[in-house]
Amino acid sequence: MSSTSLTLGRAKLRLPRRQVPVLATLVLLLVMYGIGVSQYRAFSNVQVVFNVFIDNGFLLVVAVGMTFVILTGGIDLSVGSVVAMTAMVSASLLQQGLPAQVVLVVALLIGPLLGFLMGCAIHFFEIQPFIVTLAGMFFARGMCTFISGSSIPITDGFWTTMSQQRIGDPQGNFVSISVLIAFAVVIVAAWTLAYTRLGRNVYAVGGNPQSALLMGLPVGRTRIAVYTISGLCSAIGGILLSFYTLSGAPLIAVGMELDVIAAVVIGGTVLTGGSGYVFGTVLGVLALGVIQTLITFDGSLNSWWTRIVIGGLLFAFILLQRLVGIRYK
Amino acid sequence: MTDSRPVLTMTGISKSFPGVRALHDVHFRLFPGEVHALMGENGAGKSTLIKVLTGVYDTDGGTVTLGGTEVSFAGPMQATGAGVSTVYQEVNLCTNLSVAENIFIGREPRRLGAVRWGEMRRRARALLSRLDLDLDVSAPLGSYSLAIQQMVAIARAIDVQARVLILDEPTSSLDADEVAQLFRIMRQLRDEGIAILFVTHFLDQVYAIADRITVLRNGQLVGEYPTAELPQLTLVEKMIGKELDILEGIDEQPKRDVAALEKGTPLVAVSDLGRSGAVEPFSLAIHAGEVVGLAGLLGSGRTEVARLLFGADRADRGEIAMDGQPTGLSTPARAIERGIGFCSENRRAEGIVAELSVRENMLLAMQAARGWLRPIPRRRQDELVEKYITALQIRPADPEAPVRNLSGGNQQKVLLARWLITEPRLLILDEPTRGIDIGAKTELQKLVAQLSDGGMAVLFISAELEEVLRLSHKVVVMRDRRMVAHLANDDSLDADRVMQTIASGSHREEVNR
Repeated sequence: MSSTSLTLGRAKLRLPRRQVPVLATLVLLLVMYGIGVSQYRAFSNVQVVFNVFIDNGFLLVVAVGMTFVILTGGIDLSVGSVVAMTAMVSASLLQQGLPAQVVLVVALLIGPLLGFLMGCAIHFFEIQPFIVTLAGMFFARGMCTFISGSSIPITDGFWTTMSQQRIGDPQGNFVSISVLIAFAVVIVAAWTLAYTRLGRNVYAVGGNPQSALLMGLPVGRTRIAVYTISGLCSAIGGILLSFYTLSGAPLIAVGMELDVIAAVVIGGTVLTGGSGYVFGTVLGVLALGVIQTLITFDGSLNSWWTRIVIGGLLFAFILLQRLVGIRYK
Repeated sequence: MTDSRPVLTMTGISKSFPGVRALHDVHFRLFPGEVHALMGENGAGKSTLIKVLTGVYDTDGGTVTLGGTEVSFAGPMQATGAGVSTVYQEVNLCTNLSVAENIFIGREPRRLGAVRWGEMRRRARALLSRLDLDLDVSAPLGSYSLAIQQMVAIARAIDVQARVLILDEPTSSLDADEVAQLFRIMRQLRDEGIAILFVTHFLDQVYAIADRITVLRNGQLVGEYPTAELPQLTLVEKMIGKELDILEGIDEQPKRDVAALEKGTPLVAVSDLGRSGAVEPFSLAIHAGEVVGLAGLLGSGRTEVARLLFGADRADRGEIAMDGQPTGLSTPARAIERGIGFCSENRRAEGIVAELSVRENMLLAMQAARGWLRPIPRRRQDELVEKYITALQIRPADPEAPVRNLSGGNQQKVLLARWLITEPRLLILDEPTRGIDIGAKTELQKLVAQLSDGGMAVLFISAELEEVLRLSHKVVVMRDRRMVAHLANDDSLDADRVMQTIASGSHREEVNR
């Protein structure tokens, strides 16, 4: 009993418990890609993969921000509206003739500011994140129509350059600048979560907020920070979307927050917080993108099939997380 | 040690919560290089005093002086920074993070803002080896037992250059070896000049380790005494504020005739019940009026047995019969319906609804048994609640006080009252006396004896063998998630023999099987 009792509590299955959902997503992704390649000859073209990134770069950036929020056990429903609002503000300011640099700075400040305010409301008044960000969602969407009832085209030189610039290899495959920006965001976010105090506090708060408080961690500051980060990511996402569409439209990105949440969850981040990786989110976004591509390649399927498949996957992954969690307990 | 100046002085501390005066004009001093026990019954104000000291609560009055300067911490982090570290009764760490991170989070070694994981793991290993612990520091904390987690919490506390180390009931979930190990570390730290404030309910532990004792009662200071000058009995008297004859009361209970009790159909007969991964199949018979003690080490499967009987976990094999009739106890609702009550050991997570009042908490189970369509008349509610507040001496005696504001022991009593109100036929008590003081403990034991005299069957789970032996008619021993022995509690049975059974896992002493 003497010294052995101290090692009694050792886990038997500690191998990749926390990595299981991420691995599952990776496998899923490879399987879907394999199906695509085996069914359609053109699918093996590298550009298909690049296009997934080009079409979903803004989604990826927003999902990275959402990963921070969900890791603390929160939720941010405002992201889609903030994306749209950022695009609208940019388009509107450019239309009025402001220089691109000024527009960028203003557009990139609005999102984080809204996020900061929502974070403060959540922390100081102890209101459910769901309600606070729902209010933020309505507010930002309302602002879009307030700015303009219809879509505003963007003709600014900087924007068109960013939109059309191709960075490619000699074979003619290319990605857009947005993709590189998205990658940069992913890398900074992954580093922040893994190597900074803020990042580690995010995991601690998600794991057990009471304990985090008693361990002396700045729980309130961390909470406010994640909503601010999510706001910033939404703002960047909005800019990328306006690069992509070269316009600001009041009803763009409606329901995007749900796609984003789905991508984060399929990427293995647990909705109750404390467990997950940015890398998983990348895989989650890719999974969504590949499903879309598959359905486009098929041609005979209605695009709503994307939704149906995502719904099924989401359910399967939440189930998987539960099972892993139960086994762990 | 007394010749030096105190490192910590608390003067005239007062603190009130809505409806509760938790502390009133309390003084406390702590010298470097001493272990100072803070004693008192539940609700005496020990936890509140600690939370005031570490800045979790503001004070309503009084001053705290640390190392000669007056301080007022805004929170635990600031207190830790000033050298006042706390380890709480319930492990307050994040189980999703690694062991190393739990020790260092908030003050990780960093270079250019980046956490140095390698350095952190190395330092964690070094620190843990000082505590004689060999753990995989990159494994999630949740993969270790509660006892190990507690040790990690202590490692976290002593890594800070602590001048004052507060241990708030650190031993309540540790077994004897682990307690010995903890004491070794405490002595080591004391000799290094750290002042240790130690809160526990185990009197033996106080006399084993403490140099000085401060006693609180009802939020007021009773006195400060060197341990050597305060005999155990006097200490208990000071804690509960009255002469102690009730302690002996229980022992004088005649041992009832087990054979007579076990005649007839058992109230609950379990055969071959088991759940893979939780507990091996077991058989057990509990008769009306019988107290069955469930002994065994932490993690030996005691709680798992209780949860199966209550339907909180689903058995994957075996049968339960009540009054000879096979019955499926598949959910707690069914079990409650059949007259089974279950007081969980994990009162905070599985029992008490902190936001609700004492009255509402007490009536939960009864209301559940009646069904939500038949509300209990308010007058009947008040009668019942009044009765049990008096019977169990719940403090404060205010039915409308939020349970959150009650001390741990009083919360336990509320939980017990919840089940007593339903007048169960079988009451399962899982560690009902853990973390509660000697006075309340004795009251509780007396109550169990009374209940069984009245014909209630009780399954009594406790890590304290003396307690099990004092109350039970039959002792069932668990070991490694297996029921290894049924022992009749006759004169030949003593703690040593139960210990031996636990240690050896012998089947030879089985009775009734």
